[in-house]
Amino acid sequence: MTDQSSDPSDIELYGALKDKEPPKEPRSQWKDVWDQFRKHKGALIGGGFLLFITLAVLIGPLVWDVDPKKLDIRNKDMRPLYTLLWDGDARTSWAKPLGSDNLGRDILATLIAGGRASMAVGWTAMVLALFIGTAVGVSAGYFKRLDGPLMRLTDLFLSLPILPLLLVAVTLFRQPLRANFGPETGMFILIVGVIGITSWMQTARIVRGEILALKEREFILAARSIGTTPFKIIRRHLLPNVVSPIMVSATLGLATAIITESALSFLGVGFPSDFPTWGKLLSDAVPRMEEFPERVMLPGILISLTVLSVNYLGDGLRDALDPRIRGR
Amino acid sequence: MLTYTIRRLVLSIPTLLFISLVIFLLLQLAPGDPMAQVPLTVPPEVKQKMREALGLGAPAHVQYWKWLVQFFWIEPQVLIDHWFGTGFAEGKLRVISWQTRSPVMDIVMQRMPQTLWVVGMSYIVGILIALPIGIYSAYKQYSLFDQAGTFVSMIGFSVPPFFSGVLVIVIFSVNLGWFPSIYDTTHVVTDWASFKVQLQQMIMPVMVLALQTTAQISRFMRASMLDNLNQDYVRTARAKGLKESAVVLIHVLRNSMIPIITVIALGIPSIFGGAIITETLFKVNGIGQLLLTALFANDLPMVMTLTFIFAILIVLFNLIADVLYGILDPRIRYD
Repeated sequence: MTDQSSDPSDIELYGALKDKEPPKEPRSQWKDVWDQFRKHKGALIGGGFLLFITLAVLIGPLVWDVDPKKLDIRNKDMRPLYTLLWDGDARTSWAKPLGSDNLGRDILATLIAGGRASMAVGWTAMVLALFIGTAVGVSAGYFKRLDGPLMRLTDLFLSLPILPLLLVAVTLFRQPLRANFGPETGMFILIVGVIGITSWMQTARIVRGEILALKEREFILAARSIGTTPFKIIRRHLLPNVVSPIMVSATLGLATAIITESALSFLGVGFPSDFPTWGKLLSDAVPRMEEFPERVMLPGILISLTVLSVNYLGDGLRDALDPRIRGR
Repeated sequence: MLTYTIRRLVLSIPTLLFISLVIFLLLQLAPGDPMAQVPLTVPPEVKQKMREALGLGAPAHVQYWKWLVQFFWIEPQVLIDHWFGTGFAEGKLRVISWQTRSPVMDIVMQRMPQTLWVVGMSYIVGILIALPIGIYSAYKQYSLFDQAGTFVSMIGFSVPPFFSGVLVIVIFSVNLGWFPSIYDTTHVVTDWASFKVQLQQMIMPVMVLALQTTAQISRFMRASMLDNLNQDYVRTARAKGLKESAVVLIHVLRNSMIPIITVIALGIPSIFGGAIITETLFKVNGIGQLLLTALFANDLPMVMTLTFIFAILIVLFNLIADVLYGILDPRIRYD
């Protein structure tokens, strides 16, 4: 039997079966994802901008080390440097490149500080919402007994009028939290808390759907047959498989959290007035926007661009993480 | 279908009761005092009397029960009285606003037309703009128009109304002076000139809100059209020689509208809820603005009633959306 394989025609046959070129290195999933992500120009730019803004608000205070709360009443109401382009007589100063507000506070420094607050609220609230959403979604999807009650709870939260309730909650709990944690930390806890608690429902629904489908698959059966505990199945086998929908809803959550925080600040129920956030800066500038339009424009543009870049990032991530679209 | 609707209606009653309890308990924790605005010269024991007159002294469950009775039993009677001229509700205590000392529902009814005009109109305008954009971007996927449409809807998602509103005020009413920045609710339309004034003052709030609606619905429309355009029945329709317009605008569009109609139905509660931010910005004295002022004035019965009305609308339109889906799509059977 063995000498048959040395038959020349046989060798030719095997040769045809072999690849003409040497096999490529195996590609990891994340490399595929990155290649698809790179094709989405908007997502790439969005991701870059988000990274830039995050770094700017983190490192910015070290580079531009002007105290955003420092009053400089002699140099109040400065215009930004770029107004010189069309108005040579404008009051500008190189020491205040983006001008100063009605109390002489440096606008560049307040913008950086405001961005810090807005981004911190956005990221923390997003992480909180993701955490609650994933926990609820995984337990509802995996444990049949919890499915009914948890999904009823999700439906209930979905039928609450969110913005009115946010306003109610913030106005109600402002005083006790401020008294306990100080005005800034208390407000931060409150705003992050209410945004997180009212925006986890979509994540929970998506994760539950994915878990329900995944848990019937063979690899879960295999894991269970060798005696893996439910907790370990969830951690080792289920969670890595639901990372992509979670990441997509994370980007959406970040965008909503930043907008909600700004909206609350705009309505006057956000942070105290000496603690700048982008929404606060915008709403403070509205009464004098005819004379100083830049004080409205700059924070507004920053909020919009950040949210826009986050949305594009999410769009690109959704395409890149969907194996049906990838490779097309 | 009918049994499903009835079952859902019955199920929504405990949900709503639970929501009302949650809102009530949340408001019970309110630290604010409705007597804060009363002059300091009023002696404390008189203030205490005034509090009791507002029903504040009673235990929480009594207050909740009274509110339930007032909202679910007396207010409908008032409505029936109003319609048929009967006298069921005479002498009964209605839900009274602490701010104005007048029945909450009367104020809501006064504010409703403004909200419906501005926010409702913006919803209709938004849908009318969104549908053609969605259809055409799906038909010419990845074309320049599609890219531009995607960008515009991304802008609509990303630019918050408190910025776009301020922006249009700066551009169109401060710099160009075309439109007034404040919505005048006392304006009465009698002839062409006053109609033009009404149109001018409505354009900005309506467009600011419509941008958001357009962004959302055009994305849904595009996705839904794309799902249907590759189906077999579209190829069949083309193969039997139908005109392209008939294929797209009759066969594909009708099937794609099914999810869109439910999306539209789900968005309707937000019309009644009013756009709090936009109404504040343009000084429209609608429902959203009412809620905001009530919150700042610690007017708990008003806040409670308004929030609960929003909750009823959300639950109701969720139900309507589900039922519509079942009626429009014969593949879906709830029974």
